[in-house]
Amino acid sequence: MTSLKQQPPHLLRGIPLGVQNLKKAFGTREVLKNIDLHIPAGQFVAVVGRSGCGKSTLLRLLAGLDKPTQGQLLAGSAPLADAREDTRLMFQEARLLPWKKIIDNVGLGLSGDWRAQALEALEAVGLAERADEWPAALSGGQKQRVALARALIHKPRLLLLDEPLGALDALTRIEMQQLIEKLWRQHGFTVLLVTHDVSEAVAIADRVILIDEGSIGLDLLVDLPRPRARGSHRLAALETEVLNRVLAIPGSPPEPEPFSPLPTQLRWAT
Amino acid sequence: MSLSASQRFTHRLAPWALPVLLLAIWQLSVSAGWLSTRILPAPSAVIEAGYNLVASGEIWTHLAISGWRAGIGFAIGGGIGLALGFITGLSKWGERLLDSSVQMIRNVPHLALIPLVILWFGIDETAKIFLVALGTLFPIYLNTYHGIRNIDPALVEMSRSYGLSGFSLFRHVILPGAMPSILVGVRFALGFMWLTLIVAETISASSGIGYLAMNAREFLQTDVVVLAIVLYAVLGKLADLAARGLERVCLRWHPAYQVSKGGAA
Repeated sequence: MTSLKQQPPHLLRGIPLGVQNLKKAFGTREVLKNIDLHIPAGQFVAVVGRSGCGKSTLLRLLAGLDKPTQGQLLAGSAPLADAREDTRLMFQEARLLPWKKIIDNVGLGLSGDWRAQALEALEAVGLAERADEWPAALSGGQKQRVALARALIHKPRLLLLDEPLGALDALTRIEMQQLIEKLWRQHGFTVLLVTHDVSEAVAIADRVILIDEGSIGLDLLVDLPRPRARGSHRLAALETEVLNRVLAIPGSPPEPEPFSPLPTQLRWAT
Repeated sequence: MSLSASQRFTHRLAPWALPVLLLAIWQLSVSAGWLSTRILPAPSAVIEAGYNLVASGEIWTHLAISGWRAGIGFAIGGGIGLALGFITGLSKWGERLLDSSVQMIRNVPHLALIPLVILWFGIDETAKIFLVALGTLFPIYLNTYHGIRNIDPALVEMSRSYGLSGFSLFRHVILPGAMPSILVGVRFALGFMWLTLIVAETISASSGIGYLAMNAREFLQTDVVVLAIVLYAVLGKLADLAARGLERVCLRWHPAYQVSKGGAA
């Protein structure tokens, strides 16, 4: 429980997430072994790891898209499955329905009079004036912003992000990171962001979890004040620490080497 | 500006130049006696025959009965094809039970069934509607089935995680996702519809455009025969236009149907 720290009251809207003894196997291949995790309400957690380490599987289990082989997922003390309505997932691709206008994509799955709400959600991501266009007219980054609006309109208490920025160009990525951070500070949901970009993880999250061959390899608190200055010395040091741990696989405890000459923007190939 | 307007006018006229030229040559060769009216009547004679049939009102009864047969047959065949396509596309068991049987029947040329159909239904309306229905069923079935199977599973997964299931999933995701393919099926089916109807009406009928053509042949009225052929062409074109209209309405979202003012008409 390295990370149980006092959360500001406005962040308590989120779901406190508990993962106990979680295992997931596909056939004989164990993808996740014995994951134990406690995430306080409203925390912004980034999950990093090499490709195929099981980080996306963890997210799919939390989203209820797959069933765990063993173990429990909890929202507070109740099963996470009861909070399905409060959980929203953003995929790597925007997955907008091309036959629905943008505003109708945002209102997907809602009933009653949701149009005003949908416009508000689009306003929050800066796309209100595009509400009546087809998704085909949008760029990749704009599509992801619509997908974000579509997730936000449900007022989620747990937001799961499965590398939603992976396919975006560098500038759009930073914009989206800032947008997600801003909305998170506004709404106070719990966030789990899966990413392969360590600099993104340390820049945006309260806590970085490294998954290594199906178990938690590193659980690091990023205790830096927000807004964080990109490229600051402390971010670089944290990034290096995580990267060293990843690159040292298989390795025992991380060797503290905070001032190694690794460039700050280095990502490893996936 | 005026230059571009006149250019546009030329562009609009260009597709008609060749047909008009051919018609002129045709008319000329009949008038000059190079072509016997027994082989091909002059265009003017065809127009005259058409005028006479319109004036007597006879043409409307034939058109109405042919259109009715085509419409009912298409509705029945298309409806069954759509339903079967939904069943096999949406359920693994439906596919296992039905698909191979339907594919087997599909490979029988439906016009080969004409002798049997006449034995079953005689030569009245039922036989013709049955044949049209059979001809339109398979293209719609096949394209509906494939349309549903080819929907991006990622979109279905996303929709499920946003709480859609059952009928709402069908209405918001599966049906619109399969629509482009279904409409391709509709266009194929419309082609088969006229083809089947022509054959059926030519073999046994006492009304309809096919009957008009066969009856005229008995009396060597080549002008009416040609008129009947022209009528089929016009009806086919109208059906195609209707299908295109349907595509333009149902597939507004599709990039291929946006701003496509130009292109093939």
